[in-house]
Amino acid sequence: MVQVKIWGSLAAATDDQTTVEIKAETLRELLDGLGKKYPAIQPQLDRGVSVAIDGWIYNDSWFTPIKPDSEVVLLARLKGG
Amino acid sequence: MALDNESQNQKRNFKVVGTRVQRPDGIDKVTGKARFGADMSAPGMLVGRVLRSPHAHAQIKSIDTSEAEALAGVRAVVTRADFAVIEDDEFTADTLDNCMAGEKALYDGHAVAAVAASSTAIAKKALKLIKVDYEVLPNVTDVDAAMALDAPVLHEGRANETVPAGMSSNVVARHEFGHGDIEAGLAQADRVLERTYRTAATHQGYIEPHACLATMGPDGQADLWCCTQGHYFVRDLCAAILGMKQGQLRVTASEIGGGFGGKTTVFLEPVALALSKKSGRPVKMVMSRSEVLRASGPTASSSIDVRIGMTKDGKITAGFAELRYQGGAYPGSPVEFGAMSAFAPYDLEHVKTVGWDVVSNRPRQAAYRAPGAPMAAYAVESAVDELAKGFGLDPLEVRLKNAAREGTKASYGPTFPAIGLEATLQAAKDHPHWAAPLGENQGRGVACGFWFNFGGNTCVSMSITPDGTVTVSEGNPDIGGSRASMSMMAAEELGISYDRVRTIIADTGSLGMNDVTDGSRVTFAVGLATIKAARAAKAEMCKRAAQVWGIDEDAVIWEDGAAKPAGPNAGEFPPMSLAEIAAIASNTGGPISGHHEVNAEGAGVSFATHMVDTETDPETGAVKILRYTVFQDAGKAVHPDYVEGQFQGGAVQGIGWALNEEYVYGDDGVLQNPIFLDYRVPVASDLPMIDTVILEIPNPGHPYGVRGVGETSIVPPLAAVANAVSESAGVRMTELPMSPPKVLAAMKSK
Repeated sequence: MVQVKIWGSLAAATDDQTTVEIKAETLRELLDGLGKKYPAIQPQLDRGVSVAIDGWIYNDSWFTPIKPDSEVVLLARLKGG
Repeated sequence: MALDNESQNQKRNFKVVGTRVQRPDGIDKVTGKARFGADMSAPGMLVGRVLRSPHAHAQIKSIDTSEAEALAGVRAVVTRADFAVIEDDEFTADTLDNCMAGEKALYDGHAVAAVAASSTAIAKKALKLIKVDYEVLPNVTDVDAAMALDAPVLHEGRANETVPAGMSSNVVARHEFGHGDIEAGLAQADRVLERTYRTAATHQGYIEPHACLATMGPDGQADLWCCTQGHYFVRDLCAAILGMKQGQLRVTASEIGGGFGGKTTVFLEPVALALSKKSGRPVKMVMSRSEVLRASGPTASSSIDVRIGMTKDGKITAGFAELRYQGGAYPGSPVEFGAMSAFAPYDLEHVKTVGWDVVSNRPRQAAYRAPGAPMAAYAVESAVDELAKGFGLDPLEVRLKNAAREGTKASYGPTFPAIGLEATLQAAKDHPHWAAPLGENQGRGVACGFWFNFGGNTCVSMSITPDGTVTVSEGNPDIGGSRASMSMMAAEELGISYDRVRTIIADTGSLGMNDVTDGSRVTFAVGLATIKAARAAKAEMCKRAAQVWGIDEDAVIWEDGAAKPAGPNAGEFPPMSLAEIAAIASNTGGPISGHHEVNAEGAGVSFATHMVDTETDPETGAVKILRYTVFQDAGKAVHPDYVEGQFQGGAVQGIGWALNEEYVYGDDGVLQNPIFLDYRVPVASDLPMIDTVILEIPNPGHPYGVRGVGETSIVPPLAAVANAVSESAGVRMTELPMSPPKVLAAMKSK
């Protein structure tokens, strides 16, 4: 299981939890698992998210490995200028 | 993609990277040969012009184009009815609506129709013949006013699930970040400062207006030339808006006269394609400066409440910010990035930010360097400065005391890996600028800033030509020196001189998908792909040499621009240079190239500290910038001239944002200052030479340690200038721009 930190305004979609546990070994499994376990978060997943894994930000490389003890933080989808 | 950790424990002696080679676009640009968006032409080309709403908010009851269509020389007129119906993609639907209004005109300058004619004069005359029946509606352009329950409503039903019930329909999203217990943290402080800060909307101020040339044949195949930061994104958006297949549209990026984020979307391009489709002729469209300011994308204006607690020895005990950004007529202001980045430079136990995305009757905002971050940094860095000075503390020491470092849990969630904020603060403290004396009516300000940076989809193809020169094809328009940087990294990796490499920007038909040139991603991501493409080419050249020598390819290495036997056991052969291998390529298997396609991950975050001296004229309130120094972590500066240019450019744009630039709207919602005479950007005579100090804390995610540098440099200057003006004017300013009348009024009222 991976501990995933959810940003504050999404906590309403995860039963007011700011950290949730998801069974996942890759980024794809993480995002799929989040959507299945917490359907209310799906609209944000559809709008796009980035994910910080051990301090590094990933956008959408599905097969990025995630270790059980990795620090995983869901972030708003990063954009730039 | 796994991170490339090559740079982590390896000191590399660069030969090309880090030098100041001649820029490849210099001669063309100074001699006028460079071809920008408006320089494209085609036989039989028509002139396209847009009819724009004179109202900030109006129902479009009807549009009668018949008289315009009947005018001799007019070949096509388009309105919203000529575009695809987009139902399942809000972003693209909003983009279409922004390019050509549907049921309502949502801001002054909103496009409502367009014509293509054989001359500019005929096109202008035709616009006057189009009859639009408007029902003018009340408007709102201020962010706080737009959040009021009785504010005019732009759209119903656009708020997403994060917005609590009972708010104005103009509030479309809420974002919250942070950790800890704010009230508990504030209770530990010796002083809690509460302030409200406001910033005006500003434009990126690129010199080149939007321009494009479109052709579409009766078979549906189309070509588009345009000035853009992302021609692949232009292709995808235009194809969706026009109901085309992406592969039917080829987009070529012109030379670009500035973008800074503002050319990461489309305005004219789908309209030009629609006009070409309807007329059967090439159509060229060029915005006037007035159109650029009224109807392209400035950044958001903001209103920000801050509460920060500090002990008398300078420890920040808690930080809270509530940020309200209006991003124009459609959802998508960059407030979430403001909320994420506001406290990023600090190691805080208790921190919380709340951001509100608000729509108003202004043009749809577009990205502007580190979107959303400068306003947030202005508010937080102003408050930190005021607290530090209130306690009689050194503002640099206070920042060092609270600085985020490796292992800090960032205010937006993750734990920072190796970062360079402390290094920039220390460099600032050690710099002669910090100790230089100040005169009467002069002040010094410092501020920190942060930006995320990212990678993204990237393709590079590298051709080894028969004479031993190299062409690098990449798919990101060069907005800040990327052609030079790619050539340098290719030369470095191949072991050849810089002048043997040329980098070109390929069209959308020539490479796979490339994300937009934004997010400070190109030197990082395209550089990474260039290095990997060079390594693929080197592997192939080693293989060719092995064939010639009759040895195993594993027994060949690449060193100093040549294939060599790996050791004495491999055999005695003189090195074969790249040129020698290229010359016999057709005899050894055919043309040699290297390519690399990747969704690059692992871009390193970036920090900067800025220091500025100002002098305020007590008679007029005018602020003069006396001295300015930028301290920023670049990871590795591939071409220091360009890195310094990015630092300087960000500082200058931030100075303009701080001192003069603003969108001024009347009560009627009409923009009052849509020309550069009245929209006051800094010019060279307003500025001292911007000094720069490049720090190099390698990014472990890149083979050479590169981080993006293009955006962080605009984050600190708003606050740095405000902090300096608070000293030089003797009064704390909480609203930007600090234009002379405002400064004078503040000085008189103190």
